[in-house]
Amino acid sequence: MMQITCPHCGPRAQSEFIYERTVDSVVPLDAAPEQAMATLFARTNPRGVDEEIWRHTYGCRAWLIMTRHRVTNEISATRAVGPEALP
Amino acid sequence: MSGPTRDPKGATISFCFDGKTYKARAGDTLAAALLANGVGLVGRSFKYHRPRGIMTAGIEEPNALVTVGDGGRAEPNTRATDVFVYDGLIARSQNRWPNLSFDVGAVFSLAAPMLGAGFYYKTFFGSAKRWMFYEYFIRKAAGLGNAPTKADPDRFSQRAAFCDVLIVGAGPAGLQAALEQAEAGKRVILVEQDSILGASLIRDPQELDTAWAEGAAARIRAAGGRILTRTTASGYWEHDLVTLTQRLAEPGEVPSSGVAQRLWHVRAGQVILATGSIERPIAFAHNDRPGVMLSQAARTYVRRFGVLPGKRVVIATNNDDAYKTAQALQDAGAEIVAILDARPQFSVAAAGAESAGLPVWTNAIPSSVSGARHCLTGVTAIVDGQTKSWKADLIAVSGGFTPVVHLHMQAGGTLDWNDAAQAFVPAASRQNVTTIGGAANPDPVFPVTPVSNPKKSFIDFQNDVSLADVDLAWAEGYRSVEHLKRYTTLGMATDQGKLSNMAALGRLAEKQGVSIPEAGLTTFRPPYTPVSMGLIAGAGAKNAGAHVRRLALYDVHAAKNPIWQPLGYWFRPRAYPQGQETLAQAALREAQEVRTGVGMTDVSTLAKFEVSGPDAATFLELICATTVGKLAVGRGRYTFMLREDGIAFDDGTVWRLDENRYLLTSSTGGADRMATHISYVRQYLCPQLKVSAVNVQEHYAGIAVAGPKAKPVMDALIKADAPRHMSTVPAEIAGVPVIVLAASYSGERAFEVYVEASHAASVWAACEAEVTAQDGCLYGLEAMEFLRIEKGHLVVGGEVDGRMTPMDLALDKMLNKAGGYIGATGLSRPALAEPGRRQLVGLEAISGDIPEGAMLITHKGASPEGHVSAAAFRILEGGSVALGQLKDGFSRHGEELIASSPTRGQEARVRVVHPHFYDTAGERYRD
Repeated sequence: MMQITCPHCGPRAQSEFIYERTVDSVVPLDAAPEQAMATLFARTNPRGVDEEIWRHTYGCRAWLIMTRHRVTNEISATRAVGPEALP
Repeated sequence: MSGPTRDPKGATISFCFDGKTYKARAGDTLAAALLANGVGLVGRSFKYHRPRGIMTAGIEEPNALVTVGDGGRAEPNTRATDVFVYDGLIARSQNRWPNLSFDVGAVFSLAAPMLGAGFYYKTFFGSAKRWMFYEYFIRKAAGLGNAPTKADPDRFSQRAAFCDVLIVGAGPAGLQAALEQAEAGKRVILVEQDSILGASLIRDPQELDTAWAEGAAARIRAAGGRILTRTTASGYWEHDLVTLTQRLAEPGEVPSSGVAQRLWHVRAGQVILATGSIERPIAFAHNDRPGVMLSQAARTYVRRFGVLPGKRVVIATNNDDAYKTAQALQDAGAEIVAILDARPQFSVAAAGAESAGLPVWTNAIPSSVSGARHCLTGVTAIVDGQTKSWKADLIAVSGGFTPVVHLHMQAGGTLDWNDAAQAFVPAASRQNVTTIGGAANPDPVFPVTPVSNPKKSFIDFQNDVSLADVDLAWAEGYRSVEHLKRYTTLGMATDQGKLSNMAALGRLAEKQGVSIPEAGLTTFRPPYTPVSMGLIAGAGAKNAGAHVRRLALYDVHAAKNPIWQPLGYWFRPRAYPQGQETLAQAALREAQEVRTGVGMTDVSTLAKFEVSGPDAATFLELICATTVGKLAVGRGRYTFMLREDGIAFDDGTVWRLDENRYLLTSSTGGADRMATHISYVRQYLCPQLKVSAVNVQEHYAGIAVAGPKAKPVMDALIKADAPRHMSTVPAEIAGVPVIVLAASYSGERAFEVYVEASHAASVWAACEAEVTAQDGCLYGLEAMEFLRIEKGHLVVGGEVDGRMTPMDLALDKMLNKAGGYIGATGLSRPALAEPGRRQLVGLEAISGDIPEGAMLITHKGASPEGHVSAAAFRILEGGSVALGQLKDGFSRHGEELIASSPTRGQEARVRVVHPHFYDTAGERYRD
């Protein structure tokens, strides 16, 4: 079980979080059909660092983006998303 | 030096093994107590039912597996070396019938030549029928203990902890490290699987002894450290999380606190592994017999427990450590008849032993032992190429030391080969873990090549794998260590190959003509030792794991004694039977009342979201695939939602309560998914929108009133003209503010009343009084299902099953033509418009009742072309009708098919029809 640093709550056990999807699997609202299909059905699945979307479901419920190495599980960064994180 | 920890004052407690009562002393393991009582035969092996005794003094024990405890507390496959005797302990041997001494299953031993590696694969390959026949007998014959059939009466608890340094193993290295860290001000947790501290100091007290260990422990505690005994670090997970399994009671024992075991999740800043090593056996013929024991184990029984495991002892070794065993056994009164040292030269220890008068033979490797069922009688060895034999009742063997690297490897660590010790030792790790003591620096040994007949030379004792099995796997082409493991089942027993892995690797490397590190190693995975299922479940084991939520109106329903049905997290009334009514009778009466008069039901569990703000309509037109923004204030509409790939995943209604305030409802079962989806769009996809989306699912209770007489009921309740279909008004019922929506799932004129949950009871009471005044009744989920099927309304999880597009469900006319909703792009995929897709149809029985879940076929033996998603009856006229999905169903109305359910043994002939069986024009919604 990993330890994930929630941008709002600090370090917490992975059991408080839910993995949602990778950042590159998000279909932009204005995507052309081909782009949308490629995003949905052709994932990169890298053996290395990837950006993932998680949710602190059993905590503050906020969504976050986590940079994780998918072999070593090293988490190099987590950052907040949502209205509060807008510039 | 402190003496044995065994209380020397004599027998104090009694225990029972296979129905016979024995005496033990406090502090004894079951193995020590059995040896003290002269019990040599303790179990039967897994496959060949060979007689087995006690081989070790620790958790690595492969042979002495017993069932401890009675009833729900019984723990099968418990190592006799890893349970401390308590008064009244009950233990039973396993895998034998009718008894341990005379075991009918031992005939398998005669068949051993046929039962070698891959026996099952070869014998049962290809013919399922033969397997079905043999399986019964094989399942009966194979295996060890039986799982208890009663519920465990004890509790299992879980606890989380944090520390700066976690030290695993309280031997000299672990204690020393814990002491240093604790006195340096670190938060320390030290765990030890044994009941007392000291580990190797218990059998080898020298300059440090168990008294020193107790002193060190006192200082660690004084510095704020925590020490857990009878606690095993069983798993090393990500980010330095280590799970500990703590025994608060021995197996089968009644726990004083009610808690039998505790599972710890410890997040450590740093982990120090001082896990020591496990002694290896040596392969020789019949090396699995009672009377063959590991050298350090024999020493432990003498020095810790004061039990002498043999009187005439042969020592077989490839290292110096075993000479300590010779000394210990001789001091305790045993005769050392031979020391077989595999090394060609005398070491210092060997020379010392010889000059002390012990019979040391160099270049000597045991080849075979002889004996009866319960004991050993002789040892044969090859000494300088010559065969020599001795009479003996114990052979203490030491084939070297295997560092306990399991946790290091679970942490993602790699291993290095230490050639002097012939062992893998911990190397780098990606986690913050270091290994110290014997686990990092095992004693040097001399590599031994077995000289015995490989057939009876066992390497994996628990799974009955011999050297010959490894040879056979090799001969049949299994080269990789991973294949060897799976083909022979080596290392796959409950001890996970703690004794066997290195012997197998040695043999494989020998066959391959490579060094052991080149032959490779399989991966160690958690748990290090077996973990009770109850411990993993924790408090959830006793029904506490399932979330059951209470309806706001639970008490109101319960007073009417309905039939309950689980739905989402809730139980909802399925029907309210009167008198002797069955479920079907009650549901039909309730549905008929809705069709002809008025009924009311609790719809509180529907998902509900309040969406407000200047961008509320924009937001909803992303979520919903229909238009929303065009709704006038006070109006509502049916809507549905799509996944990004264009597939429908939920449906509901959306209502414009105010200029910038909407209420969205969706299905009960999909509520969590919808909440996540809404949160995703709000937080991730469109954070710039000025909108608030609040989950009000349990904030509001909901009451539906439906039927031709629903309008007068609602007029009376709100003392005003009730809204027309798909309109909403704020109102008051019984002085409580409510939202009234005119919407219909049943197909009749109907209303939904939403009220703050804490005021639900008084509003329900007012509604019920008015419905009763109109001779109406309550209806449950079963009647609701009848009504909606007849009307052809969809249910999420039934017709909306995660495979259907809006086109397949005939909803495409409602799609927002401007697009822009989630799933619009996905829906444009050409494949979704191609022929051959399953489409929503109605089914009308020609003969028989349509079975729910049945497949739709054109004739017997044909491939299914669809299925029945929901079946019911025409409520007033009778007759079986159903909704289904059928390949190209829209163009097949009028066709006759068979609805066949082989699993239920039911079948009906059906006609494909339009899915609306009732009021197709929708006239009954209107006044």
